[in-house]
Amino acid sequence: MIAITQRHVHDAAVPPLAGDPPAADPPSPPPSKDDFQEELVIRPLHSGDIYASFQFRTVWDADFMGDQKVSHYRLFPKSLGQVITKFSVRELHISFTQGYWRTMQWGQPYLPSPPGAELWVWFQDTVTDVDGTWKELTNVLSGIFCASLNFIDSTNTVQPSASFKPLGIGNVTDHSFLRYATLPREIVCTENLTPWKKLLPCGSKAGLSVLLKSEKLFHSTFHSQAVHVRPVCQDPQCRTTSMELRQTLNVVFDLHTSGQGKREWSLFKMFSRTLTEACPLASSSKVYVDVTDNPQGEQFELSPATPLLTQAVVLGDRRTYSVYDLTQQASFGSSRSLNMLLRWKNSHNNVVPPVMLRPLLHSERYVAGYGLQAGEIHTLIYNHHPYRAFPVLLLSAVPWYLRLYIHTLTVSSKGKDNRPSYIHYQPSKDRERPHLLEMLLQLPPNSVTEVTVEFERALLKWTEYTPDPNHGFYVGSSVISALVPSVVAMDTNSTLDRPLFSSFFPCKEEASYFMRVYTEPLLVNLPTPDFSMPYNVICLTCTVVAVGYGSLYNLLTRTFQVDEPSPGLAKRIANVIRRFRGVPLL
Amino acid sequence: MGLLSDPNRRRALIGMLTRLNAPICMICYMAGVAWFMGLAFEPFTLRTYMSENAMGSTMVEERFPAGERALATGREFAAHKKKTGGMPVDWLVRTMQARGLEVYTQRFSRKLPFPDEDKERYMVKGTNVYGILRAPRAPRTEALVLSAPCSPGNENNQAVGILLGLAQYFRSQIYWAKDIIFLVNEHDLIGMQAWLEGYHHTNTTGMDWSPLQGRGGSIQAALSLELSSDVVTSLDLVLEGLNGQLPNLDLANLFYAFCQKIGVLCTTQGKLPRNDWDTTSGYSHAVQTMMLMVLKQASSRPWGDHGLFLRYHIEAASIKGVNSFRPYKTDATTVGRLLEGMYRKLNNLLERLHQSYFFYLMPSLTRFVSIGYYMPAFGLLALILLLRALDLWVQLSSPPTRTTEDACPPLCPLSAPQPASPGVLSILTPLVISHLTGVALYTLPVLSQELAVEHFPVSETEAVVLTAIAIYTAGLALPHNTHRLLAGEGTEQGWKVLKLVAVLYLAVLLGCTALINFSLVFPERGLLVGVNDPGLTLLFAVFFFQELQETPVTLQEGWMLYLSVISQGILDHALYGSLLYPLAALLVYPCWLLFWNILFWK
Repeated sequence: MIAITQRHVHDAAVPPLAGDPPAADPPSPPPSKDDFQEELVIRPLHSGDIYASFQFRTVWDADFMGDQKVSHYRLFPKSLGQVITKFSVRELHISFTQGYWRTMQWGQPYLPSPPGAELWVWFQDTVTDVDGTWKELTNVLSGIFCASLNFIDSTNTVQPSASFKPLGIGNVTDHSFLRYATLPREIVCTENLTPWKKLLPCGSKAGLSVLLKSEKLFHSTFHSQAVHVRPVCQDPQCRTTSMELRQTLNVVFDLHTSGQGKREWSLFKMFSRTLTEACPLASSSKVYVDVTDNPQGEQFELSPATPLLTQAVVLGDRRTYSVYDLTQQASFGSSRSLNMLLRWKNSHNNVVPPVMLRPLLHSERYVAGYGLQAGEIHTLIYNHHPYRAFPVLLLSAVPWYLRLYIHTLTVSSKGKDNRPSYIHYQPSKDRERPHLLEMLLQLPPNSVTEVTVEFERALLKWTEYTPDPNHGFYVGSSVISALVPSVVAMDTNSTLDRPLFSSFFPCKEEASYFMRVYTEPLLVNLPTPDFSMPYNVICLTCTVVAVGYGSLYNLLTRTFQVDEPSPGLAKRIANVIRRFRGVPLL
Repeated sequence: MGLLSDPNRRRALIGMLTRLNAPICMICYMAGVAWFMGLAFEPFTLRTYMSENAMGSTMVEERFPAGERALATGREFAAHKKKTGGMPVDWLVRTMQARGLEVYTQRFSRKLPFPDEDKERYMVKGTNVYGILRAPRAPRTEALVLSAPCSPGNENNQAVGILLGLAQYFRSQIYWAKDIIFLVNEHDLIGMQAWLEGYHHTNTTGMDWSPLQGRGGSIQAALSLELSSDVVTSLDLVLEGLNGQLPNLDLANLFYAFCQKIGVLCTTQGKLPRNDWDTTSGYSHAVQTMMLMVLKQASSRPWGDHGLFLRYHIEAASIKGVNSFRPYKTDATTVGRLLEGMYRKLNNLLERLHQSYFFYLMPSLTRFVSIGYYMPAFGLLALILLLRALDLWVQLSSPPTRTTEDACPPLCPLSAPQPASPGVLSILTPLVISHLTGVALYTLPVLSQELAVEHFPVSETEAVVLTAIAIYTAGLALPHNTHRLLAGEGTEQGWKVLKLVAVLYLAVLLGCTALINFSLVFPERGLLVGVNDPGLTLLFAVFFFQELQETPVTLQEGWMLYLSVISQGILDHALYGSLLYPLAALLVYPCWLLFWNILFWK
């Protein structure tokens, strides 16, 4: 499968590299327009770590959903395009993550993802056998991404009713066309990175993707790569749709292990490469550095300096970025290579003690109790907003071998019962489907909401245990989807560089923003037999049956009667003689 | 079985068993004791070996460099501890944060049922501080714990120093696959209990604690470090936990393997492994080590901070630094390297420690006796009781049939005897009375302490202990002949039935105890040898333990120790849920009262 993927990508990437732009090809019918953008955002984190987020976006004005077959691929990877066409996929979101995003230290990620693999797909409403298509699709994707997505089956697939709405255009909201699955145990490594890189038009040859060297990417604290395919509007009127492919890669480098404890970051230190050119196929290629906390350069020094600044509201917060446009030669300076350097000013005390952040929304989850019979799953959801309550959707999919006692479900905040306004619960079926629990909760301001539910650990059949049963069994992350009041809307008092007329009413279009938070996956030990035992048990059972039962049965069914003791030899001879003589026997 | 279906042979067998009952019991007893003592004999035991593949063959390199700095941190910790007069919470939080850990604190408070005079505490309030080293690219599902107690006085400062030193060193390594939790607990076991209950969100002992903010998933293994000197001569491994639970033997193997690799002297029960098994002194050394383990296990109390982890199925052990007068010393860097090696191997674990034994005795650190080897010793002892019971049963059922032996078919002796003949009441009465006494022994001492303090010039602790002893002795003086009032004169038959019940009771009790805490059977076995009082057994055990520890005590000290052991036993039950006190009060003591009753039947 890897080999095939490779060939397709080459098919797609080679002609443009030869140097003929598609527009300059008049005789052929006008090829559908496609466009590729690449971008890297670097955000120095509060804890001293550094966060780098790559996004590669390919938009193709081709109609995958129509009847005509799409056969000529240019920037869009053919392997994915064919999959989308064949399986009538409307939207596809797949992420591979190694590590857990530490909201308390790092703030919010640009694109959240749960540890392990996550896949959710909206199928088109023309698909009749959704489950069958889903099964095939996961197997094909498993080949494309070299991942164990083929382990997705009915026991870990759910159909969320509210948490996962289509991100692209389209008004199909019948969740029977949605499938969602996570594999919390999936380990992400280079074999997943290589096929992911091969989907890029420039591969790892030019542009930002030269930085994606696995020896550095996997020497990090957090690594997440994702592919999102969705239909988007082609023009403001939205008469036709385009297909958008976003490939994202997020990585966090640790201050202590990657940075040797020095708060000084450069592209070379992070990726052991520098940038020398943009991807020639890209219409835009930019590097952003988050300098919000550093408006006058009092915190750190950014070199080479760039005059270009841009502001954007990201995750409800107004951020300022320095921009390096790689399509401009000036960005590379005289050395013909760009190696941004962030050096903190207070060199005597490079390492700031990491104080925990208070993100507006975060959560934790754990298993309570001990012993191998029962347990309790606790999910804590924190709302740190000082005065606003907001609703969240909590989704948890729990495998069938944890038998949830749904009558023990309690939701409480601030010591009071908090009644969910919407509950969607689908009970599990043994060996067929997991529990699905979706709840709409209102989080009171400045509170902790605790959701607890008790469960019983099932005893599996002996062939159902994994090869390492004593490691435990994973329960995938819960998903919390929320509309969080934005920080910008929060400071109604600050008139900092804003006209007064704009800031009277706190409600604005950016008053709240959508956010998804994933909780930790759980590792739960199930009662595990000693697998050397069956042999012993067989021996013991056979012995017990043969010896114990046999003789007991014998003892119980035998009839006992008094037996005349047989006379001795002398007596018998005497009796024979007596019989001859006709006298009574002895 | 064929033997049993033949009535003649069955009769012969039963006849032999009843006739030779006493000699067979004697032989069983001797064999049981001999077997048990033989367990310490080296040729009969197995050498320890690493069963867990993930820890066995993988190589790790220990590079911890900063022992001196760790000791300096320890001294700083000591200074701050002295200044704040307790746990220097702020300093610890700051120090751990500076080392790049996620730091959280937990407050707890606990009112003891009565003052603990050994440790001088009654109202306990404290704070645990722990820092979590988040493993890179790990999803917070697994964790390891390294803990050091914050002890009063000048104890364990070096342990905290090494803990912080290791935290700093571990933080800069990339290879961690499990989160590592560095815990400094106040008020030793009480703090540990609070932390564990908070971590698992359970409350078994009614303690008040604030909920934990940060967790690392399921804890795979834990080590507790106790170190009070800058250099050590040897490291002692403590395994015995609450209710006689032991960690997986692989944890002990891991410790031993690293001690060998790094060249540190290591002991268990404070006894070095010896090679001269064929000499008397070598053998007695092994017996002493094993008996110490048995006694510690039988005491059912946690012998280190690790002891409480075992309830949560977390493999844990304590490592204690010993500084004696031996010439060769080990410095803090080496101790740090040893721990680093152990944690790196534990970090390699793919599954929970489960490959090796959970039930074992150790006559030395290099030798172990598994459950399969020591259970026959118990089996032989339990057999005595069953033989006695059989004898009594036959005696009870044979006299009425003997007269009609010729007429009745030989099945008769085994057909239903007449247990009802002495009257259920006369058997039930002593049973109920002795159990009520047991309940009184279990509940009254703690309940009546205030009353006792009011009326007698004693402290609360003394009141509890003395009440317990008083109820205990009063139990002996109880009019056990009440059955006579109800059912008339105690008959020979009734006596035998009661004895049969008592013997079977004891057999069941011993059998169940052996499954839970094997070592506890041996003190209980004292009951077998005639009328041996549980109180005296405990007293004897106290002296024997001191003797084995090579700190013999005088009678006076021994008595004081005895009193404190009783109060500690009651406290262990209240604070950590140790089962020894309820077991002794509710089951062993009534059982023994039954025997006492038998003695005074007529």
